Amino acid sequence: MTTNKNFKVAIASGKGGTGKSFFSVNLFYTLLKMGEKAELIDCDAEEPNSALFFDLKERGSQEVTQLVPVIDHRLCTYCGECAEWCSYNAIVVVKDKKVATVMEEMCHGCGACSVACKFGAISEKVATLGKVTNFEERQSGAKLVEGRVLVGVYTPVPVLKRAILEAGAPITILDSPPGTSCPFIHTVNSADFTLLITEPTPFGLNDLKLSVEILEGMGKKFAVIINRGGIGDSRVESYLKERGIELLEVIPFSREVAKEYSLGNMVVEQIPSVATIFETIAQKVIEKKGEYNNEN
Amino acid sequence: MRIEVAVVSGKGGTGKSSISSSFATMGERVVVADCDVDAANMHLILNPKIEATAPYLSGEEALIDSKKCTGCGVCVEHCRFDAISYSNGVCVVDPIACDGCKLCYRVCPEEAITMIPNDKSKMLWGSFRYGKMVYGRLEPGEENSGKLVAMVREKSSQIAEESAIKKVIIDSPAGIGCSVIAAISGITHLVIVTEPSLSALSDLIRLLTLIKGYKFKKGVIINKCDIAPIISEEIEEICAAEGIPILTKIPFSREIVEAMVNGKSIVEWAPQSKISDSIKGVWDSFL
Repeated sequence: MTTNKNFKVAIASGKGGTGKSFFSVNLFYTLLKMGEKAELIDCDAEEPNSALFFDLKERGSQEVTQLVPVIDHRLCTYCGECAEWCSYNAIVVVKDKKVATVMEEMCHGCGACSVACKFGAISEKVATLGKVTNFEERQSGAKLVEGRVLVGVYTPVPVLKRAILEAGAPITILDSPPGTSCPFIHTVNSADFTLLITEPTPFGLNDLKLSVEILEGMGKKFAVIINRGGIGDSRVESYLKERGIELLEVIPFSREVAKEYSLGNMVVEQIPSVATIFETIAQKVIEKKGEYNNEN
Repeated sequence: MRIEVAVVSGKGGTGKSSISSSFATMGERVVVADCDVDAANMHLILNPKIEATAPYLSGEEALIDSKKCTGCGVCVEHCRFDAISYSNGVCVVDPIACDGCKLCYRVCPEEAITMIPNDKSKMLWGSFRYGKMVYGRLEPGEENSGKLVAMVREKSSQIAEESAIKKVIIDSPAGIGCSVIAAISGITHLVIVTEPSLSALSDLIRLLTLIKGYKFKKGVIINKCDIAPIISEEIEEICAAEGIPILTKIPFSREIVEAMVNGKSIVEWAPQSKISDSIKGVWDSFL
């Protein structure tokens, strides 16, 4: 019994390369095949890859921008107040040399410098950070949204936040950026449930612990998926047991899976045993949505 | 001249840390800078004895005193991060959305706002079996990782200078953002570790755009090269077009994971293996 209320599930991991995008695209595909109304938002705006796996039709895109200051040198007195107010070291003023320069790539667009300037010397212009593109999957008509920052932009956060605003389907999958800093936090903060993808190795365990620490601190609900089960050791499973963290499923390692995914193929289409695992996972995600609907 | 080599990848999980930990354990004295401050892993293999730490101020967060706040909304109007909203007639800050710009603190007519420093992150350094190591630990959820990376880089260069160590190995974070830029600025050599998958290829192309203007010596290692040979060939073509040499190709092997599970680098765990030979080859000829 799935209602139409939007339920967002973030697919995240501290460590990169544990299989977030592999998991997201295969879960998306499986949910669609089961007749669920799902959509996928690729929030890894530094390196978005989900769109590579589908036959898509572009449905329009929107630029994500911020304002950056422009200094009018005819009005500037080189007093340095704007540089003093800037928390990002994005403005350099040298009074003696009559220099006042904006380093746009460091600017966060907070507008403090404009408020600081008493001489009306600062105006603002629009700078592009990246874009959000809406796609439609040709067969199912389902929506896939991609956030993509321009190379060299200081943060993907404004772009991924804009991408998440596109959510609206009964189930939204958020493919999160790696790491444990702001891009990850902003993604899981928007989600109603998080699935942490890890691998059974010492690096995987170390980064899993960091992610768990954050999600617990934020009071977020989550469960864990072990990808490439069988490659390393059993310390991840022991940790989960010890901490009473739900292990949703283990996806065993197979060279065949790695190969199909590498070639850009939908693994659940190619390998029946993996398809079965994803059907189980999809069913559990639908149950999580049910629990969420009952609680809210 | 001192060699400063950064190991980068664009896509995560291609084997950066496996390569850097091998470079770190060749037998030469080195300084290792683990710049993946979000999720540092090298210490699990190198097991350094920490000798000192330094705090790192990652930023600040606004806090509104509800007793002083009159709910006038001046801060709400000024905040461009949608971080302040009204609740029960006063203004409250959403700490996740707050960017720490301080503008609200400056414009509040009631002086009801204080800035709380995020000072739980730190830099650590010490010795390991082949030299010195520096790494950062960004408190989960804190920002400005680029600045912490710059601090780790500076410290590692300083230690190399003081200890007369000729090689610095930098393990870069994944992605192409500010922390990667901080990890590669001022280096002499860049090793890109990639793998033959469509995702890694797309990330590699973005990474190549990022490093275009830099003058350092560049080379590519294709890890797990036998997983999808067709894409491996495509990577080789792209690199040839960019004039970047392929340093070596490493086939998929469980030995790499086994080494990690046992807390060793691959060149320590299986010194006679083909993989170790090819990594040693890169060390001898490229660096």
